[in-house]
Amino acid sequence: MPETAPLLAIRDVHAGYDGTRILNGLSMQVEAGEIVALLGSNGVGKTTLNKVLSGVVPLTSGAITFDGLDLGSASAVDIVEAGLIHVPEGRKIFADMSVLDNLTLGSYRRGKASRKTNLERVFAIFPRLKERTAQMAGTLSGGEQQMLAIGRGLMAEPRLLILDEPSLGLSPLLVEELFDLIERLNASGLTILLVEQNVAQSLDIADKAHVLAEGRIALSGTGRALADDPELQKTYLGL
Amino acid sequence: MPALDILAAAVLNGLMTGAIYALIAVGLTLVYGVLHIINFAHGAMLSAAMFAAFLCFQIGIDPYLAIAPLAVAFFGAGYGLQRWLIGPASHGDDRNILLVTLGLSIIIENLLLASFRSDTRTIDVPYGFSSLDLGFTFLPLTRLMGFGVACLVAAMFWLILNWTDLGKAIRAVAREKLGATLVGIDVRHIYAVTFGLGAASVAIAACLLLPIFYVNPRVGNAYVLVAFTIVVLGGMGSVAGAFIGGLLIGVVESLSGMYFGESLGQLGIFLIFIVVLMVRPTGLFGARA
Repeated sequence: MPETAPLLAIRDVHAGYDGTRILNGLSMQVEAGEIVALLGSNGVGKTTLNKVLSGVVPLTSGAITFDGLDLGSASAVDIVEAGLIHVPEGRKIFADMSVLDNLTLGSYRRGKASRKTNLERVFAIFPRLKERTAQMAGTLSGGEQQMLAIGRGLMAEPRLLILDEPSLGLSPLLVEELFDLIERLNASGLTILLVEQNVAQSLDIADKAHVLAEGRIALSGTGRALADDPELQKTYLGL
Repeated sequence: MPALDILAAAVLNGLMTGAIYALIAVGLTLVYGVLHIINFAHGAMLSAAMFAAFLCFQIGIDPYLAIAPLAVAFFGAGYGLQRWLIGPASHGDDRNILLVTLGLSIIIENLLLASFRSDTRTIDVPYGFSSLDLGFTFLPLTRLMGFGVACLVAAMFWLILNWTDLGKAIRAVAREKLGATLVGIDVRHIYAVTFGLGAASVAIAACLLLPIFYVNPRVGNAYVLVAFTIVVLGGMGSVAGAFIGGLLIGVVESLSGMYFGESLGQLGIFLIFIVVLMVRPTGLFGARA
């Protein structure tokens, strides 16, 4: 047991939509400074968990605390203000707005004064976005849109960044760059919850990893241990 | 072919009326764009606003001076209705919002009927007969005011939507609700603000209409029917489209009134409407599907 409380603690969470239960007693933790990978095939509840964490889908039962904030009673706005930022699957950028407007809206809950600093930081990470500030977001390439989605998330001054399927639809080269980026962001002090289907690369950069099956954690360990675990293939692929 | 000066006068008259149509349509299209429903109470709200302006006039407040206070009051009422009545009653289902606004329109209309009866009333402003002499025609001052203020308000809407944080948040919610939620935009607040802006647009339109038109408990519906065709014509949810569509429809109505006779003025509107639906179903400024 670490001496300090984990940044994110999820205890026995049940949640779902309109009577369909998707999360069934899920428990896991994310310590500050870690990259935690959450793996699992389609339909096991990864995206639902992310929506619960960002206050979009309510908890049926269980408890989630983020740095002392009880997410069960927090609104989506409270959660963003607390610094738990979710870069969703499918990017969900504002397609008919400029790159700059997309980024600025990322800092919607932050002071105007800090926007400039945030922008400079994001442009330092993604110089390509700086070249395209006036371009409509919907006209960017897939890789650029993913950069924008992550950049918009960084504009919110995250303390924990949830990346949901960030490699989806990217070419192998861009996936490589993306995983490098995730490691760099983590090295600069950002805690990351990485939700991926890209198992090998995720385990390669993750401090800890959890495999989600049927709405709960089926297997946990360090990234390295899971990469060598024959059970992983069975549990992960046997769904 | 009528003389050119008659034609020009008809076009100018059409623009004057069209600007007010445009203002009503801008409110309607904004609510559609963000909440994805046609606000069936828009017409009843316009009638209510016209009665509010009428009452203001009776206690000595000129309709043009009533614009700002009524706009603020209707914004507040619209905000409250959406936030604490329509929103909670709809449980997140768009169809329910539609039904609640339909119910609201019936309640508002009948409250107006109960309070004011179905009589048609007009007001006489002291400058009611002043006009601007353009040589070939006279433009009544009241219609000129209507045009100017409607254009100004539409421009303000456009500025708010494109250049303020609030406006960008409204556009973000309109097109990408989940993305907007995840950057910390309070969607319920934005819904209510949008509904409030829609209510403010009819409050302003009411103050502009009262000096040139009559008021009765159903007067709003005729305008909103035209506004609805403008919303479709301009492209559902497009504020610029609604404004230009409004001007266009005003001119079309005026010209077809001249050619087919006054009582058939709206014939041209619906002809244009059908043609646009056939040729360009997403409207003049709508995104291509």
